Amino acid sequence: MSRHRPAFTRPTFATLLLAALATLALSTGCGRAPDTGEGVINIYSARHYQSDDALYQAFTDATGIRVRRIEGTDDALIERILQEGSASPADILFTVDAGRLWRAEQAGIFQAIESPVLRERIPAQLRHPEGKWFGFSSRARMIFYDAERIEAGAITRYEDLADPRWVGELCIRSGGNIYNLSLMAAMIAHTGLEAAETWARGVVANFARNPQGGDTDQLRAVAAGECGIAVANSYYFARLMSSEDPADRAVVRRLQWVFPNQQDRGAHVNISGAGIVTSAPNPAQALAFLEFLASPQAQTRFARGNNEYPVVAGAALENPALEQLGPFEADPIDAMLYGVHQAEAQRALDRIGWK
Amino acid sequence: MTGGRRLLSLPVAALLVAALVALPVVTVALHVFLPDEGAWRHIARVLLPEYIGNTLLLVSGTAVGVLALGLSTAWLVAVCRFPGRRIFEWALVLPLAFPAYVIAYTYTDLLQVSGPVQTFIRDVTGWSARDYWFPPIRSLGGAVAMLSLVLYPYVYLLARAAFVQQSSGILEAARTLGCSPWGAFVKVALPMARPALVAGVLLALMETLADFGTVAYFGVPVFTTGIYRAWFSLGDPVSAAKLAAVLLAFVFTLVALERWNRGGMRFHQLGAPAAERKPYQLTGGRAALAVGICLVPLTFGFLLPAGRLAWLAWVGGDAQFGVRYFGLLWNSVSLAAISAVVAVAAAVVVSYGLRLQPGRLMRLVHRISGLGYAIPGSVIAVGVLIPLTLADHGLRGWLSSWFGLDTGLLLTGGILGLLFAYVARFLAVSLQSVDAGLARITPAMDDAARALGDGPGRTLRRVHLPILRANLLTAGLIVFVDVMKELPATLILRPFDFDTLAVQAYKLAADERLAEASTASLAIVVAGLIPVILLARQVSRPAERRQRSEVGTLMEPALAAS
Repeated sequence: MSRHRPAFTRPTFATLLLAALATLALSTGCGRAPDTGEGVINIYSARHYQSDDALYQAFTDATGIRVRRIEGTDDALIERILQEGSASPADILFTVDAGRLWRAEQAGIFQAIESPVLRERIPAQLRHPEGKWFGFSSRARMIFYDAERIEAGAITRYEDLADPRWVGELCIRSGGNIYNLSLMAAMIAHTGLEAAETWARGVVANFARNPQGGDTDQLRAVAAGECGIAVANSYYFARLMSSEDPADRAVVRRLQWVFPNQQDRGAHVNISGAGIVTSAPNPAQALAFLEFLASPQAQTRFARGNNEYPVVAGAALENPALEQLGPFEADPIDAMLYGVHQAEAQRALDRIGWK
Repeated sequence: MTGGRRLLSLPVAALLVAALVALPVVTVALHVFLPDEGAWRHIARVLLPEYIGNTLLLVSGTAVGVLALGLSTAWLVAVCRFPGRRIFEWALVLPLAFPAYVIAYTYTDLLQVSGPVQTFIRDVTGWSARDYWFPPIRSLGGAVAMLSLVLYPYVYLLARAAFVQQSSGILEAARTLGCSPWGAFVKVALPMARPALVAGVLLALMETLADFGTVAYFGVPVFTTGIYRAWFSLGDPVSAAKLAAVLLAFVFTLVALERWNRGGMRFHQLGAPAAERKPYQLTGGRAALAVGICLVPLTFGFLLPAGRLAWLAWVGGDAQFGVRYFGLLWNSVSLAAISAVVAVAAAVVVSYGLRLQPGRLMRLVHRISGLGYAIPGSVIAVGVLIPLTLADHGLRGWLSSWFGLDTGLLLTGGILGLLFAYVARFLAVSLQSVDAGLARITPAMDDAARALGDGPGRTLRRVHLPILRANLLTAGLIVFVDVMKELPATLILRPFDFDTLAVQAYKLAADERLAEASTASLAIVVAGLIPVILLARQVSRPAERRQRSEVGTLMEPALAAS
């Protein structure tokens, strides 16, 4: 062996590791214990809206309580809280879809809280009866159709989506998508499994293409002429309505919107909601946060910033698109049932081939 | 070597590291023995046949795709001379910087019915969307195309290195014996490059099996989407783990089949490799064809999508673009760098441990520790969470009973959990590179160093690591790029207020704001370009130069695949 010093000697390697560890320590604040001091809440959020940063900032401005957040997918967040158990730093689980709130509650993640403010402001069907979670904003599952192809008034109910008249006309996203699952769960709750499955079979028979893409893609596909009818959530359409992109405006011009089932049970709505985690290290601050979300200021932010509907009666929209869509009747069904029937809904959609 | 370190001998350390890395995979696999909540029967009856069919199609299609793109370009660049070869040599690696989900979003934006291409067709022809047929991008075929475009560089990198290292003497002998250039390629070069080709294809296929973003966006029901559906929609994590276990068995079989098929073949090579390679000089039409072949993957795998992203970012990018991006970039890059170092170190320990003591247990653990690459990131994340939080609770209890401290969760609260997940997921990549490098070093060198009085650790440091330098660098760079692109495990295991570029892109894309997501996506690609270009330079450095280094001359060039 020559005296030549190999390039990868121990010091190099040790230096690298040292640098790595130093970075590790720096970027994590060296062992993050849950902050039990005053003035912090830890939010695990499945909401992925950039407008939420402003919402949290408004809360901090109003109360002085700092917000720390982890955003992720709902079920993974639930899993993380479960694994962290009694030592979890999570104060709040903030998520989208009542079915997931129900599942988190079933997993024992939420504690019951007594808040006259929340009970008074939030409608009973949009919160857990024992105060384990509360819905703070809602979105409607709407039907849209091509104004150039389909006469006005031909489609007014979800049931019409299964009408054989519309073979090859319907664009809707995957059957594994949570919004479709909740719609199907509501169908099951209203009409029973058998009738709901028959309905879904009719819907599948009308598909213009295999389910694919997101809600906005369905709207654009109608405008492009690939299909005549689409199903999408209200805030995606509202976003297109307020877009300055000429392509988006063209989509809006071509589409006619329907709040379904206005003559009977009302349009299907889903909620985004939150609850306080059983082991929350900062329960008082967490409650302050939930009550803040029910305040008129925060409620209006949901509408103004993210095109969601407030759940507190009388909250201002301050959103031209939502105002243009106008008021509608929402299905008063208990949102908890979306969770109760979710797995059943998924199995039914799998069986009939709603991919 | 100090006396204290001998307590933990290298093989034992290797076993421990490999077992630790294999822990998440084993955790997932163990779920199979738990009673599921009834979803399994439903899945097995209603969905499984389709999952299996689609997964097989996806995997075989991608195998063909990456081989076609990777092998052809590698051969051209390695043994032919044509205009632009020096640029293609490194540029062909560029698509590796693209996460598969980003290229899928980009092509969908371009090619879907409301995209610019089809809109243009309708505007020109006056047709409506139903008057013509256009290949649907969101389909199984589309997914194969997307994955092939971003994964072929694995085959390219490894095949190219293999071709460069082949001694030209062998090819010339084949020619003298009457082979055409094509015959020499098929009969001699290709069989000799087989271990490298298989390794490259296997890496690409494992990543294909683990992919969720692309198949979910395209609505192609395969195993990964099934795992998500079982877990999230049917609320049955046990059934999800069972699906993951089926996936694992599939990969295991694939690897075992190849090993069995290869049997006792050895890939030795005598004489100094590539001493005086005589390249095939291509001219005229052939040169143009070679340029064309190299341009296809480069254009569709990089230039076009990167250009489209840049355009989208310019026209309507992320409103949050600004100082915030420095933080995102720092988080992404530092995580990727640390993970790369740790993954390479772990690979060296595991691979060298196997070399020192090639027992059956060691071999098994070695193989399992590399399986994480085929598991979807979110499943690995749960496999990490379960043992890590257990350890965390133990640590917390211990600290509070001995020191009266309530520290909370130290391990999961920081980025340790993330690092653990990355190493569990990407060890296969670094292991592959280190294994291949070590296999080329003849055991005679170990014996010589040991005879001169060096212990195994000292031999590793003074003999093997210097020789392996190129392999270590390659391994580290690939892990770096992979971590930059990783999303699902990052999403769930990260600490508070810790966003990365991939997370930022996800948040916008999940909210169906693809144009705004383009800024972060482009940033991932650009940040990934630097290591990718380094990687490309690494592989395109002439083999002769490495040969001339003094350690190199000590090395008997035995291309032995273990």
